[in-house]
Amino acid sequence: MRIESLFLLGVAVFFGCVGLIYWFLSYEDGGFLMLIGSCLLGLLPGSYYYYWHRRMGDRPEDRSDAEIADGAGVVNSFPASSIWPFVLGMGAFMTVLTFVFGAWFFPIGAGLIITALIGVTAESRRGGHV
Amino acid sequence: MTDVINPPIEGTGFIPPPAVPVEPETHGHEEHGPTGILKWLTTTDHKVIGLSYMITSLALFYLAGMMALVMRLQLTSPSGSVVSFQQYNELFTMHGSLMLYLFAGPFAFGGLANYIVPLQVGAPDMAFPRLNALSYWLFLSGSVTMLLGFFVAGGAADFGWVAYAPLSNATNSPGAGADLWIMAIALTGFSAIFTGVNLVATIFYLRAPGMTMFRMPIFTWNMLVTAILILIAFPVLTGALIMLFADRHFGTHIYEVTGCMTTASPGHPAVADPNACGVPVLWQNLFWFFGHPEVYILALPYFGIVTEVLPVFSRKPVFGYKGMVFATMSIAALSTGVWAHHMFTTGVVLLPFFSLLSFAIAVPTGIKFFNWIGTMWHGQLRLSAAMLFCIGFLFAFLMGGATGVMLASPPLDFFTHDTYFVVAHFHQVLFGTAVFAGFAGIYYWYPKMFGRMLDERLGKWHFWLTFVGFWLTFLPQYELGLKGMPRRVASYPADLGWQSWNVVSTVGAFVIAAGFAVLLVNLWISWRNPVPAGSNPWDAHTLEWFTTSPPPHHNYTHLPPIRSERPTWDYNHPDTPTIHHGPSGNGHGPGGSGHRTGDGSGAAPSGAALQPPVGSS
Repeated sequence: MRIESLFLLGVAVFFGCVGLIYWFLSYEDGGFLMLIGSCLLGLLPGSYYYYWHRRMGDRPEDRSDAEIADGAGVVNSFPASSIWPFVLGMGAFMTVLTFVFGAWFFPIGAGLIITALIGVTAESRRGGHV
Repeated sequence: MTDVINPPIEGTGFIPPPAVPVEPETHGHEEHGPTGILKWLTTTDHKVIGLSYMITSLALFYLAGMMALVMRLQLTSPSGSVVSFQQYNELFTMHGSLMLYLFAGPFAFGGLANYIVPLQVGAPDMAFPRLNALSYWLFLSGSVTMLLGFFVAGGAADFGWVAYAPLSNATNSPGAGADLWIMAIALTGFSAIFTGVNLVATIFYLRAPGMTMFRMPIFTWNMLVTAILILIAFPVLTGALIMLFADRHFGTHIYEVTGCMTTASPGHPAVADPNACGVPVLWQNLFWFFGHPEVYILALPYFGIVTEVLPVFSRKPVFGYKGMVFATMSIAALSTGVWAHHMFTTGVVLLPFFSLLSFAIAVPTGIKFFNWIGTMWHGQLRLSAAMLFCIGFLFAFLMGGATGVMLASPPLDFFTHDTYFVVAHFHQVLFGTAVFAGFAGIYYWYPKMFGRMLDERLGKWHFWLTFVGFWLTFLPQYELGLKGMPRRVASYPADLGWQSWNVVSTVGAFVIAAGFAVLLVNLWISWRNPVPAGSNPWDAHTLEWFTTSPPPHHNYTHLPPIRSERPTWDYNHPDTPTIHHGPSGNGHGPGGSGHRTGDGSGAAPSGAALQPPVGSS
């Protein structure tokens, strides 16, 4: 995970440097804040990955001599199918329409979102298929 | 065990080697899962979601293209009456919004990346399948929200795809159409952010063993960099949109200047109160911090497509692999420091800083061009439709890029700002990438996605019509811009000599449309009379061509050893491997491959106690 962490830390270093140069050349608040925000966006996950790289060493996907068999076994958990993303998406759709067409969309949108959140949480805890 | 025999590729004279046998995978999911439309509504398969993205965004692309034809018809006459001025304003707004927010980006990072990236890194799916599905539904509902604008009183949004304040405030753009536009961009923005997170997690956590970062295909690298750009740029846009909405409806004064004047008294006229007024140019500052990286969010994935296609049809590895990767990173990094070059004429930006960084982007872009040409140099070129579209991209992007360098110079920008020169530059860059390279991607990966070929002869007709139409449409617009024709106008004076160039441009647009019609015919023929493609019809290099076409559920039953950035080529051509690594380096023995799948049951990764959590959202 070394390259991944360096990649993100590179983002942080670049934006940190550019942000500082921009500030001292322009004294413009908005651009400076956005550049420093981007610096933090690289710094936080980059540091996290670097911490894990130091702790766990190279994974099979980090080693150029790794065999496919080195990664044999379960890779991750992949749900086969789920209705809840669709329900959540439609809930978000109805909720944003509230801001345009009026409050009567809100109960529908909020209801769908709450139902979806409960559904997807229960589904994750069950660990099975719908 | 199923053997797939590849047919010769018509028109290329190339007979690919026998495909790698792949066992059909049966996890039991497809047999017992939902069927029909419920299967689509509940899918979390990255391939189905990717195809849904591509089909939806292509439909929107055709719709936006029709809007462009109407606008071009309007401009064939100085006082065109095809549409009213109001309708023209709505058309150019929705044309730009559909093309940029709902086609070019989602087609690449929602569609192609969703489908191709997990395959290229040897993953069974995206890291967060349900979040992936949610991204698509947010994108679809955002698209519907934007199009709803045509059906409300007052019509759709009419302030251009950049929605500059104060034109976009409640006084100048009243009505639900503008609000629907804001909400649509917010929805699709969240969709893009979720997809960006998913792509980064997939690439960081789900690569196959041996697939080190510097063995990833360039397309995957470009999607990684694009995903980081998305995570930098889209939250800023979302925040800016929320503030715009607040200005319009909640009485805030972030960009708003009306209603904040001091009270006039004898001898003291009303003036803007600096403590109560908003700053309209702040919108531009925030918008372009998103907007210029957005141009590269749209371009980098298509650079990746070109970098995949050129080596395959040149029968060579990509020239300067690491140079390509670092050039992509440099372009992306610099693209975030040039946002205010869109604001040179406001008079409140630091011209040398933004001009210098804008010029600097030409350097890594030039490296990319050099490497693309180096890849083709002394290669055994096969001029398939995909390859032709890539070559068309090189010409188009070179012209668009060169005029971009011109616009990075403040004096030249002052002269051409808001003229058709900018329109021509912009379309050459984005048409060159999203359309030429996008179609190259379609012709290249269609056999993988559907297991059937597209007709090469029709593909070449498609290319030549698009290529000729492209230059006919956009070259005259440079001349129009230099003659002073402003953008976003529905009529113009008859005595300025603009009409003839506008007519040429309109003819070109219809030639392009004829080319797009050929693609529909090609898809129809492929659908009605399928020609089986086999797993690797192009003798391609990267991992996605190792599995069947279309790939099975969870993509792979086994993988080849990964010893270079061309694992499939190495496996199929043991006599000419990309890199020699000694006895086990290119080993094709049984020990070299292994099974690697997702379990679909929520189990934790085995033997990975120290692995940071990936989750299954």
